[in-house]
Amino acid sequence: MSHATGLKYLKKDSLPLMWCSGCGNGIVLAALLRAFEELGYGNHNTVVVTGIGCWGKADDYITTNALHTTHGRALAFATGIKAVNPKLNVVVLMGDGDGVTIGGNHFIHAARRNIDLTAIVVNNCNYGMTGGQFSATTPADSFTSTTAYGNPERELDICALAGVAGANYVARGTVYHGRALQNHIKEALNKKGFSLVEVVSPCPTHFGRNNKMKSAVNMLRWLKEKGVTREEYERMTGPEKNGYFVIGKLADRNAPDFNTRYEEIRARALGQ
Amino acid sequence: MVETAKLIQGNQAIAEGAIYAGARFFAGYPITPSSEVAEECSRRMPRVGGVYMQMEDEIASMGAIVGASLAGVKSFTATSGPGFSLMQENLGFAVMAEVPCVVVNVQRSGPSTGLATKPAQSDIMQVRWGRHGDQIVIALSPSSVKECFDLTVQAFNLSEKFRVPVILAADEIVAHMRENFTPPAPGELQVIDRKKPTVPPEQYKPFEPESDGIAPLAAYGSEYVFHVTSSMHGPEGVSNNNPANATWKVSQLHKKLELYRDEIVLTKTFDVEDMDILLVAFGAVTRAARAAAVEARKTGIKAGVLQLVTVWPFPDRELAQLAGRVKTVVVPEMNYSGQVAGEVRRVLGPDPDIKQVNKFNGQIITPQDILKAII
Repeated sequence: MSHATGLKYLKKDSLPLMWCSGCGNGIVLAALLRAFEELGYGNHNTVVVTGIGCWGKADDYITTNALHTTHGRALAFATGIKAVNPKLNVVVLMGDGDGVTIGGNHFIHAARRNIDLTAIVVNNCNYGMTGGQFSATTPADSFTSTTAYGNPERELDICALAGVAGANYVARGTVYHGRALQNHIKEALNKKGFSLVEVVSPCPTHFGRNNKMKSAVNMLRWLKEKGVTREEYERMTGPEKNGYFVIGKLADRNAPDFNTRYEEIRARALGQ
Repeated sequence: MVETAKLIQGNQAIAEGAIYAGARFFAGYPITPSSEVAEECSRRMPRVGGVYMQMEDEIASMGAIVGASLAGVKSFTATSGPGFSLMQENLGFAVMAEVPCVVVNVQRSGPSTGLATKPAQSDIMQVRWGRHGDQIVIALSPSSVKECFDLTVQAFNLSEKFRVPVILAADEIVAHMRENFTPPAPGELQVIDRKKPTVPPEQYKPFEPESDGIAPLAAYGSEYVFHVTSSMHGPEGVSNNNPANATWKVSQLHKKLELYRDEIVLTKTFDVEDMDILLVAFGAVTRAARAAAVEARKTGIKAGVLQLVTVWPFPDRELAQLAGRVKTVVVPEMNYSGQVAGEVRRVLGPDPDIKQVNKFNGQIITPQDILKAII
């Protein structure tokens, strides 16, 4: 089999990409489109739903059906689409501010409902589009345009949240580990029920510049060094863990998804 | 099967009207005094091949019905005051992205949590102007259980025909009132479905109006692949920041309803032929106004009633035509500021004597309240 390029899903007349040089979004987009190709997704039966933010602009570059929604609410719109047409592949692209800060409530309940959506949350640790303010995933003490003296708040573990809320599939990747990321996305797309891939990604323009990682290369080095397997992470003790994060598959279950459960409810209702 | 008369509640009639109109998706969040719409849909939707979803909040409810509608299924939600406030942003999305859907707002007393179980008619301006950005909307207001049913069907029809969200501005009184009601047989009321594209898929532009001013709407999952955004967009549905395009788009949102204004604006009149006084009412207060007009005539005062079935776009021409026959116009409404009375003044100018009857304590306006202003 020839190597999937994903190019047939790329809207070439929308190029060049609007993202800053050194941004990781292009790598995530490529991984997503390659996964589409490997799974044989059609433009007709696929809907890409985006929120607002840098990664939320990704729908502009994808040839499938698309719905560019309001800030934080992409999962709610996607839920309506999937609920009435279970045959559609519904993929939801959100950033950390969009998907789990303003949209945190929808994130919890989409996972709990186990609706068959694939959420790809690009976590660049800040609000890139509005100028690099801190989000729910900005690490404590980090510097952003609204934490000039360091972030007083702690960061949210997106994957842990999805896991406890009931997602069927949870994985964390980075844009440095491109091939693994593509595999995670493919597994997530294939999984029935709610699946989440968190992608830790560089924002050299804001987060990197504010936190002594001005160049994209420095940021990729950060991802390479700090993204470790669960085994590596668990071997570390106490303060050694500071700054490190686990990459890889974190949850994989087969609980019935919302539409399957609703079919059961319909059968009960009609039986009465 | 011949349907017989049933004693049902306004909220139930709204749910049944929606199903009659073809709605097969309801997403909502419980809130008094609209919850019975959700409860009825939770029982009925799975039996008619539809889906009931109880979302995490009203923001999500509004988003979900937009998503479901774009997947080709007629969709609606029901809420009240605080929930209606939360829906505004995604309701604006439906306006901008031209997505048919129906939002039921069972008005209750505010501001804020207010008198959560008591009626009001104080969201009339929020219905019209609650969202940011310039736009026009359609809103209908039922005065009886039958109208709860009929106007819900009508709301879906207008929504489907013009690719707009339509608001059913009910109130706690009509929503919780029980009346005898015989559901219409299938086919008895007209049911309109949205216009689908007929061009080859590669030529489809989801926001390009046809000669009737309305753009056909495909469904996700059909042979048509399309892009929808609430950012400023051109006919093909992708972002476009060109000033000329913005002029076109915002004008188009207005013009498509202005063009069909006479079809959208619905009113009813009672005893207006020989009247000396005109009562202008909407929603549950219409009932008190009609009773007051009957009582007034017993004392020799010829009163007539104009019911605003459509509250937005405001029935300005219908009002002006009738008001030309009288010296006094009375506007009873359950709010402090006279939200509709202000519109009546805007339309009629300073000449007629315009009297307001306002009640905003969670109690219904009675015929006696109105008679005091007449006699």
